[in-house]
Amino acid sequence: MSAQKPRTLFDKIWDAHVVETLPDGTAMLYIDLHLTHEVTTPQAFDGLRAAGRKIRRPDATLGVIDHNIATDSSRYTGIVDPESRLQVETLEKNAAEFGMPLIPLLDERQGIVHVIGPELGRSLPGMTIVCGDSHTSTHGAMGALAFGIGTSEVEHVLATQTLLQKPAKNMKVEVAGNLAVGCSGKDITLAIIGRIGTAGGTGHVIEYCGDTIRSLDMAGRMTVSNMAIEGGARAGLIAPDQTTFDYIARTPDGPKGAALERALAWWKTLPSDAGAYFDTVVKLNAHEIAPQVTWGTNPEAVLPITGVVPNPADVEDEAKRAQMQRMVDYMGLTPGQRLQDLKVDVVFIGSCTNSRIEDIRAAAAIAKGRRVADGVRAMVVPGSGLVKKAAEAEGLDRILLEAGFEWREAGCSMCLGMNPDKLTPGQRSASTSNRNFEGRQGPGGRTHLLSPAMAAAAAVSGHLADVRDYQPKETV
Amino acid sequence: MQAFTTLTGIAAPLPKANVDTDQIIPARFLKSISRSGFGKNLFANFRFKEDGSENPDFVLNQEPYRHAEVLIAFENFGCGSSREHAPWALLDFGIRCVIAPDFADIFHNNCFKNGVLPVRLPKEVCAQLMEDAKLGANARITVDLEREVVVRPNGEEIPFKIDPLRRHLMLNGLDDIGQTMQHATAIDTFEAKQKAAQPWLYA
Ligand code: SF4
Repeated sequence: MSAQKPRTLFDKIWDAHVVETLPDGTAMLYIDLHLTHEVTTPQAFDGLRAAGRKIRRPDATLGVIDHNIATDSSRYTGIVDPESRLQVETLEKNAAEFGMPLIPLLDERQGIVHVIGPELGRSLPGMTIVCGDSHTSTHGAMGALAFGIGTSEVEHVLATQTLLQKPAKNMKVEVAGNLAVGCSGKDITLAIIGRIGTAGGTGHVIEYCGDTIRSLDMAGRMTVSNMAIEGGARAGLIAPDQTTFDYIARTPDGPKGAALERALAWWKTLPSDAGAYFDTVVKLNAHEIAPQVTWGTNPEAVLPITGVVPNPADVEDEAKRAQMQRMVDYMGLTPGQRLQDLKVDVVFIGSCTNSRIEDIRAAAAIAKGRRVADGVRAMVVPGSGLVKKAAEAEGLDRILLEAGFEWREAGCSMCLGMNPDKLTPGQRSASTSNRNFEGRQGPGGRTHLLSPAMAAAAAVSGHLADVRDYQPKETV
Repeated sequence: MQAFTTLTGIAAPLPKANVDTDQIIPARFLKSISRSGFGKNLFANFRFKEDGSENPDFVLNQEPYRHAEVLIAFENFGCGSSREHAPWALLDFGIRCVIAPDFADIFHNNCFKNGVLPVRLPKEVCAQLMEDAKLGANARITVDLEREVVVRPNGEEIPFKIDPLRRHLMLNGLDDIGQTMQHATAIDTFEAKQKAAQPWLYA
């Protein structure tokens, strides 16, 4: 083989999936796995039907129901909201008509699309993965090129198994050093967005590397890549290593035996070559990262929990000052106020960012032997039926219930205000989800993003709290 | 998809950065299974008060901006959720072009697939156009995709650039799927090769 220019992980996956390059440089990229859910697909199936088209590869397509559904027992008696029911029934009908595999609502494998892909062993290194959902970047933690697409693109992938894409630029985010006590993947990913800004990754695919990232388990890595999109990047990637391979070996649908050996041989060639070119490089020092919490209405408005609400008057740029003022007003804050003094009404532990078994363990460790503060509603929503089952087998549900948390069924829940789990206007939440936009968790709702351990600390104290003051009373 | 060639209309000024898709169309309105009808909930959290009545302070509730066909905003327009309902809502309201210094990637893609033209212009130019837009009904802005120029009300022409393939598809109202299907043999060949090398990807 002729000496090749050193390539990044992204370059290698990209090169392996280009079917054709159009004259203007647009690539027709082959898609290995297409995940679908009820919100962004009805119009795509309508398009197929109207044009008399089929799904090209049903075996590379998987549907799941997650956004719209209630996370209490009402799912067993039928979806109450007529519009939600119609969307779910439409996905079921389309799956049957087009031969698309679908995980039924009451199946134990049901869950948030970005939790179940890796968990089942469907999302694998070196793959291209798409879904009509921006947090598809989550699957990048497996060493896959995974990104969100719109409904027209969903239709395009269903019909052709390809997507028209312009190449992205490479960005390296390197995190080095030991993570401080009380910090997790969530604090890393929030700190990165705080550094690069919500548009910092625009046009790029981020590769997260460095020994801090290497030391994270798969759940922590997924939390990091989940929020790549909040830093404006098209996708986030983490090179596959032994941690990844061990994780895949435990999944029900991942390759086994000879197929796994063969896959491993390829996966091990994927990490970026020494000397590969990155258009942008950002470095963070892990021991400078303290537990993070957002104070404003985009994920870039983030501070260490020891911080105070910033003062718009200190900002020179007029547009930026106005934006900060709006955030302070919307969030009901006073400049100079300590973040730790902010009382919370609701605590939400869940979403594709932080609803895996490791996240629930972290929350339970803080909750154990403590009580949810008076007047606080605290809910834990596992990311999938399998996560729920595993947590119950470990007795985490008991710990949380005894502490006064709600223990619910899998789904997107309060991550977005589209199912019955919503904030009411003015309510303040401590949430492990990924978006603190105005109205994201319900109109007028005020969201502070943080890690599962920080969320549990907020639940038991009744205000935003420094998890370092609430270390486990005993080991769980 | 409706072709986009040239458009002369009222431009609404929205002097905000980071307008995210949750603002453009909040999640609670995403439950429809059709592509139309989202316009009535465009920017719902700004357009309507809690009791459902109109908020007279929001630009799209004011004359002549109720009839706006162009929207002018600041940086990072369309960030956040990948929902294609955002361009559908803009289009359903009547907005066929958004001008901003830059756009979030997925939203930018989604616009082209629905006949909404996203035009990137430097921030100073957007600020100028914002001032033009504030003149209201007397200030019509032309967006000419054929010649790739925005024409200010005073006649000044500002050039912009659109990717040639996308421009071609937009000008002709063409659908990507039909285009891609012309490459079916290349896709077949790719699959045969990949299946031999990576059989675990195939059921
Ligand atoms: S949990 Fe939230 S971010 Fe994740 S897929 Fe569901 S709605 Fe989207």
